[in-house]
Amino acid sequence: MTDYEAVIGLEVHVELSTRSKMFCGCPTTFGGEPNTHTCPVCLGQPGSLPVPNKRAIEYLMLIGLALDCRVAPYSLFHRKNYFYPDMPKNYQISQYDLPLCIDGHLEVDVDETKTRVGITRAHMEEDTGKSLHVGATGRIAGAKYSLIDYNRAGIPLVEVVSEPDIRSPLEAQRYLTELRSILSTLGVSDVRMEEGSMRCDANISLRAHGAAAFGTKVEVKNLNSIRSVSRALTYEIDRQQKALDAGDKVVQETRHFDENTGQTHTLRSKEEAFDYRYFPEPDLVPIEPPEGWIDEVRAQMPELPRARRARIAAEHELTPEQAAFVASSPSSVEYFDALLAEGTPARDAAVWMAGELARALNTAGETIEQARVSAGDLARLLDAIKEGRVTLNSAKKAFQDAYTAGKTPLDIVEEKGLQQVSDDSAITAVVDEVLATNQAEVERFRAGEEKVFKFLVGQVMKATKGQASPQVVDRVLRERLSAS
Amino acid sequence: MSELWELPAAELGTKIARKETSARDVVDAHLSRIEALDESVNAFLTLTPELARATADDVDRNVSAGEKLGPLAGVPLALKDILCIDGVRTTAGSKILENYKPPYDATVVQKLFAAGVPIIGKANMDEFAMGSSTENSAYGPSRNPWDLARVPGGSSGGSSAAVSAGFAPLGIGTDTGGSIRQPASLCGVVGVKPTYGLVSRYGVLAFASSLDQVGPFARTVEDAALLLEVIAGYDRMDATSIRQPVPQYRAALDAGVKGLRIGVVSDWIEGEGVQPGVTQSIRAAIDALSGLGAEIGEISLPSFRYALSAYYLIAPAECSSNLARYDGVRWGLRASDAKDVVEMNVRSRTAGFGDEVKRRIMLGTYALSAGYYDAYYGKAQQVRTLVIRDFEKAYERFDVLLGPTSPTTAFKIGEKADDPLAMYLNDVFTIPSNLAGAAAISVPSGLADDGLPVGLQLLGPPMSEELLFKVAYAYEQARGPIATPPLWVNA
Repeated sequence: MTDYEAVIGLEVHVELSTRSKMFCGCPTTFGGEPNTHTCPVCLGQPGSLPVPNKRAIEYLMLIGLALDCRVAPYSLFHRKNYFYPDMPKNYQISQYDLPLCIDGHLEVDVDETKTRVGITRAHMEEDTGKSLHVGATGRIAGAKYSLIDYNRAGIPLVEVVSEPDIRSPLEAQRYLTELRSILSTLGVSDVRMEEGSMRCDANISLRAHGAAAFGTKVEVKNLNSIRSVSRALTYEIDRQQKALDAGDKVVQETRHFDENTGQTHTLRSKEEAFDYRYFPEPDLVPIEPPEGWIDEVRAQMPELPRARRARIAAEHELTPEQAAFVASSPSSVEYFDALLAEGTPARDAAVWMAGELARALNTAGETIEQARVSAGDLARLLDAIKEGRVTLNSAKKAFQDAYTAGKTPLDIVEEKGLQQVSDDSAITAVVDEVLATNQAEVERFRAGEEKVFKFLVGQVMKATKGQASPQVVDRVLRERLSAS
Repeated sequence: MSELWELPAAELGTKIARKETSARDVVDAHLSRIEALDESVNAFLTLTPELARATADDVDRNVSAGEKLGPLAGVPLALKDILCIDGVRTTAGSKILENYKPPYDATVVQKLFAAGVPIIGKANMDEFAMGSSTENSAYGPSRNPWDLARVPGGSSGGSSAAVSAGFAPLGIGTDTGGSIRQPASLCGVVGVKPTYGLVSRYGVLAFASSLDQVGPFARTVEDAALLLEVIAGYDRMDATSIRQPVPQYRAALDAGVKGLRIGVVSDWIEGEGVQPGVTQSIRAAIDALSGLGAEIGEISLPSFRYALSAYYLIAPAECSSNLARYDGVRWGLRASDAKDVVEMNVRSRTAGFGDEVKRRIMLGTYALSAGYYDAYYGKAQQVRTLVIRDFEKAYERFDVLLGPTSPTTAFKIGEKADDPLAMYLNDVFTIPSNLAGAAAISVPSGLADDGLPVGLQLLGPPMSEELLFKVAYAYEQARGPIATPPLWVNA
């Protein structure tokens, strides 16, 4: 069996968070009533004309510069022609052979190795509307009728195209995480894959290890999370490998990833591919950014994640993983700084953020901007642990419950009576009860079977729902056992 | 004493401002003439009497209040049915937009409203501005006021016929390959194709975006100059709009042509297919200009031979994309009972578009297809560059160029309808200015021996409107008044 190498390139679409759309003044806010964020321009009304959003072009430049791209001195918009009902003009204004940003790269860490992924281009385009198929399945086949919401039509999109430099699903995952972190740091996008503000298509082929030529590539679409990208690539590697091992050819085609089954299916073959009939958009003039403008944009460049991670890890003596989480976005750094300002030690802050907070965010599918437990409330919980008012385990539980309930962790501690019990008399009562109901074990301990002590501690902890101070339990138990 | 509808716009504007007549009376005089005669001319697809009267009443109120208004306040205008007025049916001469009412005003329309110009109706045209006769209108052709059996030219034939017939002293058209100048020539009126980017295209249904330009029709050069002053100017809604102040065209009209270098395009004067009567009329115009002190020379522009072919690749290519939005999904005609969206698209477009539009969509789609782009669209863009270069060379020697607007006078309805190539040749002298984004004007040079009007075309570099108006005005004064269409007498 041949040893294969995966060759992966990613195309990432990012919705920019400019206030207005790419070619008109309509708002870009997510989730308005259908077709309320529209005007003659983004509806493609006959006679309307596009006028480019300067801010969006600056955002693109910022992205390009952050990815070490060159900003082209001359760049054009083209029309990409194809018929689709959610595209008001039946062409998309996009960039084709003269994109604004070219020849960049992004460094990705996997374990100890740093991989340099080439960025072919970053270019500007406009988003389409959304179709809603009304019928039993919610899909177009068999739908009774379809509705279209054009609120999204015309929202500025940047497409970042990588070179086929990625070699594994894990590397793809790291590439996307790093890219998302950069975009978030630049403040140019919400980068929420679930809401579609960041979308990814993957190109993947296999070749024998050491071979120079590429194999036949497949494009995979409908990847709605970084995890989906990784799952789809893993599936494709396996599928293509089996095909090649069986002596079959991989067919060049576009495939659709199914979240539920984890499999990919043929969407359209190369022969069915559209002829987009690209030509220069005559309603717009070329972009020829003067040097001064590029410098102005460059001056807005914030500290990028790689530099920020290194700085924070060094400043606070954190592990790379902790630093990576803390430094993943400006909001995350803000949260970290807020914890430090409350007096939380950096290590504790990082451990809790990368641990419990990350877990809660993941479960809720939220980002740190949306975090429902504030840094202040978390800091007070950590104080309580330190002061022995709550055990570590209770605190973790209180944090997760607080997150779900939208309350503060200390409220939950209060509500559920999770306070640590260190009161001698309360613990003595429970110890006596435990000793009374476990006469046999008490005898065994007294006969010299030391390990039974642990069992008895467990019984006391169980009876106090884990809230008893372990130190106090230990002391009281030994006192009572030796007493009578 | 002349009837109100016979007067030029400038004179009407003055009378209204001096309260010698009211804007309301001027509008009503034109409306009654339309009512009496448009059945035979078919210049209008939609009349907008309420809108026109409302604008006129505003003007009259403002005049009474002693406000200083623009020179065209209260003077009625025929608007080509390709410019949007909020809530007024806009068809572009197509069945696919039979019931389309845009939700907004074109920038030109806003400027007309601001200048107090009453829009009296939406004028007939070739479907989506594709044609040279208005025979491609889904609502029947307009007829030439000089001979109702003949075409008024196109595509802005409804506007030129309206101005010629005395339905309105002012008209607005669009010129993509000659669609203002050729009908102006055939109807014996003045027509201006402004520099690309001088007049906003916002709210003008696109045919070929890199060529389309809005411009005025009038019966005198002065009126045309006044109207261009109103509609020209930078518009932030049009990214191709030129950011420059609008000159005062009228103020520069009577500077004369003494010492001006005028280049006669030799290939156009006695070229193949040029009607002898047209040549004669143009020669007489050249003599007149020479008599005014202009220096006349000759020039040959070799690349212009390929201009027509290049145009018929570029314009269809752009139209194939521009017209993609008429798909039955959002507005306009929608075929019922289609089994899916693709069938609905196809059936709506099949039923809604006429033959010429379909022909050009197919031509353009083909020219942009993978594997053909370089040979067709790419090559055509190269020709475009050559045309621009030839113009630049010519303007090193001359201030303006001169030739006929159209090779022939108005032809009979039906004469060329089945021969697209013969029809395309109507635009052979007008297309180069569009390809170059330059300015040109057609001014009547009298009647040919067949009794039909001939148009003298003056061409200049981009932003030379002031110069072209000056030459046209000098010539017009030297020429003296021309005959009026028979429709004026037979009324």
